[in-house]
Amino acid sequence: MTEPNTLSHLDLETHEKPFLDANELVINMGPQHPATHGVLRVILRLDGEKVLGLECVIGYLHRGVEKIGEHRTYTMFNPYVDRMDYVAAVSNGLGYCETVEKLLNVEAPPRAQYVRVILTELNRIASHQLWLGTHALDIGAITPLFYTFRDREEILKIYEKYCGARLTTHAFRIGGLQYETYNGFEKDVKNFLDFFRPKIDEYEELLTTNRIWVERTKKVGVISGEDCIALGVTGPVLRASGVKWDLRKAQPYANYKNFDFDIPTGQNGDTYDRYLVRMAEMRQCVRIIEQAVGAIPEGPIIAKVPKVMKPAVGEVYHSIEAPKGELGYFIVSDGSTQPYRVRVRPPSFVNLQALDLMCRGQLVADVIAVIGTLDIVLGEVDR
Amino acid sequence: MIAKFKGAYGSGIEPLTYAGQNYMVVDRSLIPEILQVLRNEEQFDYCVDLTAVHYPKREKQFDVVWVLYSFARNERIRVTTQIVDGATLPSSVPIWPTANWLEREVYDMFGIKFDGHPDMKRILLPDGWKGHPLRKDYGILQQDNEWVQINLGIESGQ
Amino acid sequence: MGQIVSYIESYLHTKDLTPGAAGNMFWVLVYILLIFTGLAIAVMLMTWLERKVLAHMQVRLGPMRVGPHGLLQPIADSLKLLLKEDIMPAEADTFVFWLAPFVVVLAAFTVFVVVPFGPTHAITDMNIGILFMLGVSSLSVLGVVMAGWASNSHYPLIGALRSSAQMVSYEVAMGLAVVSAILMTSLNATGTGTLSMIGIVQAQQAQGEWFIFKFFPLGLIAFFIFGVAMVAETNRAPFDLAEAESELTAGFHTEYSGFRWSLFFLSEYTAMIAVSSIAVTLWLGGWLRPFPNLLHNSTWDLIFSLFPGATLLFLAAMCFFNAARMPKHPLFRIQTIGLAVFGVVLGLIGLVLFIPAVSVRVQDIFWFSAKVAGFMYLYIWYRGTFPRYRFDQLMQMGWKILLPLGLGVLILTASVALLQPMIWHP
Repeated sequence: MTEPNTLSHLDLETHEKPFLDANELVINMGPQHPATHGVLRVILRLDGEKVLGLECVIGYLHRGVEKIGEHRTYTMFNPYVDRMDYVAAVSNGLGYCETVEKLLNVEAPPRAQYVRVILTELNRIASHQLWLGTHALDIGAITPLFYTFRDREEILKIYEKYCGARLTTHAFRIGGLQYETYNGFEKDVKNFLDFFRPKIDEYEELLTTNRIWVERTKKVGVISGEDCIALGVTGPVLRASGVKWDLRKAQPYANYKNFDFDIPTGQNGDTYDRYLVRMAEMRQCVRIIEQAVGAIPEGPIIAKVPKVMKPAVGEVYHSIEAPKGELGYFIVSDGSTQPYRVRVRPPSFVNLQALDLMCRGQLVADVIAVIGTLDIVLGEVDR
Repeated sequence: MIAKFKGAYGSGIEPLTYAGQNYMVVDRSLIPEILQVLRNEEQFDYCVDLTAVHYPKREKQFDVVWVLYSFARNERIRVTTQIVDGATLPSSVPIWPTANWLEREVYDMFGIKFDGHPDMKRILLPDGWKGHPLRKDYGILQQDNEWVQINLGIESGQ
Repeated sequence: MGQIVSYIESYLHTKDLTPGAAGNMFWVLVYILLIFTGLAIAVMLMTWLERKVLAHMQVRLGPMRVGPHGLLQPIADSLKLLLKEDIMPAEADTFVFWLAPFVVVLAAFTVFVVVPFGPTHAITDMNIGILFMLGVSSLSVLGVVMAGWASNSHYPLIGALRSSAQMVSYEVAMGLAVVSAILMTSLNATGTGTLSMIGIVQAQQAQGEWFIFKFFPLGLIAFFIFGVAMVAETNRAPFDLAEAESELTAGFHTEYSGFRWSLFFLSEYTAMIAVSSIAVTLWLGGWLRPFPNLLHNSTWDLIFSLFPGATLLFLAAMCFFNAARMPKHPLFRIQTIGLAVFGVVLGLIGLVLFIPAVSVRVQDIFWFSAKVAGFMYLYIWYRGTFPRYRFDQLMQMGWKILLPLGLGVLILTASVALLQPMIWHP
């Protein structure tokens, strides 16, 4: 194997010149570093503590998911997508199943849709909880991590009861669901909502008005709405910059149009706003689940899909609002049982591009805060 | 919009629909202009994705696909063009900065070069990687064999 | 032989003198040994307590495996650290790398030469005690810089730079707060203040008031400034930028391992105890028991003298209670017995402390330690609740908030001290 990209690739001309021509310090952060959330490697160019520019080196977790997809049947590939954004595996599965359903021209029955929404929104909460814990830990608040993990456990328990797995759930099948909900599923979900509502306040109590937290996050990693759009940044990061855009509202998939919820937005596009947006999003998730759990209709859980799936020749792009942003699948079918090409449009990968812009002129400590606030998962960045 | 384009560019554009999704196959020569027009006049300000598909049996081996979205119109469109192996495309980084990493990934996986890209190099795979894995004719075991031969001095058992 | 014995004995007849002041080398050595072992035990206890308290704040259990409720964890930890391979980076400056931990430890421990655990319970009483303390404790910055530089690596270097800038900045605010406390010692008939640590406590005794309540709220503000600065001085959360884990992996001691690393660890905790001792001495009346001015008849004296023994008996009771609550499984038998034995030992010590002859000598130390322990708990509490400051914000706080505040308090204290006799007591 050859060495990954080396320092010589840094584009020195395009970056800001250091103050007083002092020797700038090139520091290599990662791939083994406590705060890079996996195996992200960031090469920082510093003037003292100030960041002059940085370059991300990614690919340490590349597993060739897209190539694997070309060698598996449509059903066989389904569990693989869970391994991309492993903290939001259910969302990945939803995106993939819906894309293939589009290709096959089938639609999941209403009961499956409701259960899908419940599980996906629970997953959004779980993903945001994990984000909150690790983000706060990066900034130095060690306690929220344990609070969020304690509460995330309750979600994982529901998953475990539903499908036997906790993290990479493989909860959905093409055309609907594999399993009927277990007895007491609705009660469990309702109990969780009652349990979780005060917990959001507890997180907020620890951080929202904490003076140090506010100082560490306000005006840090600012990105404007225009820049977000130009860089293709989506999800809570985009919304915190004031762009009220959520695929669940803009191009409703599954049955999101049946639910009443708000899209929380921020104004300043800084780390603090992104924190507030995600906290508000968790509350909205609770709202959606609340509406969904009371209204699960009776009926079949899976549509009539052929045992051997052979979609007609064609190509489909379909995307959903994953916890991190727009998660898209572009699948090309050549009429055989295997996809001819599976392309994943990963939100983390595209969002990570904004890191350089957001960190210029900030301090080293802010780089950590910004990596945290982008909420990347390296499994998804590298695929 | 499609009709307007058809009128302006004639046979260079072939508008298609599949599963309710619009896309158009555009001749390689029209690509720079079409993308520019889509961005500036039709308000497709968000480049969602940029990828490619390899058809080794065709003469023009590659489909390159831009997935675009317009916030103003809440509409998606895909632009597809076909190019031969070894041909280059103009970089769309000046139009959509987000294309930077996406084009690098296409280069990494398919070996399609983009002219005018600020930093055309591999992104997910190491710099010294041989071949472009998402091409259909890429041997999955090739890199493995080489590593085993160099480091262990034996033939790979795979 | 007889000469030696009489030499040793001679100190016992000198009242109100520290061994250093009496010039008795034997007792100086005894005190040094006592303080050193006491500190080592305190640090071990502190690490256990920190992990436990932090764990309970974070809905965890903390160490539970080594000994009952992880009581033997510090011993296991120190054994592990001693047995670990000692790694020195190839590119490091060998001598400086070797020297740095010793400088830090030396600075942290030397401070205790003047810390008064009681009117006579100090190694020596210097007339420049507080200056000595501040001076020596700031030497540790030297060790930190040496460690960071000698590691020849980027993270330690940045950590060391941060640490030195931070320690130097906060020393200024700290110094101002200390000066305003020292000003208060001169409020007596002769108008002369003192820098001696024992003298400062005695001044509080004479004035019948801890300096934290003096000229309310001036004393309190000065104490607050010191309280913030001392956390920054010891590189603890929320000012632990020098070893900010998420940014600089481990800051200046990234490249250290095993025994050398444990020296840094030891000195960090020792320094925490040292600065807490300064705070206790300057503002919280050092070894004085609470309410010396309000509740000062002999009954109250007796009641307060029961506290040390009572505390240990309470701890013993806790041990028995938890031993009774231990799971009844045979695997837990040894742990249960261990905890009970620990309780018995604590209880016996507690009973001994009820003997008047002992309790009279020990209660000073007890009150001093109790106050310091309060500060230690605060340290843990901060760590559990606060995020970390950013470097520029830290500097801003030091220079733009604490320094002007310290100057203001100093000027106000001086003015009030001058004006008070004229206005209120003409």
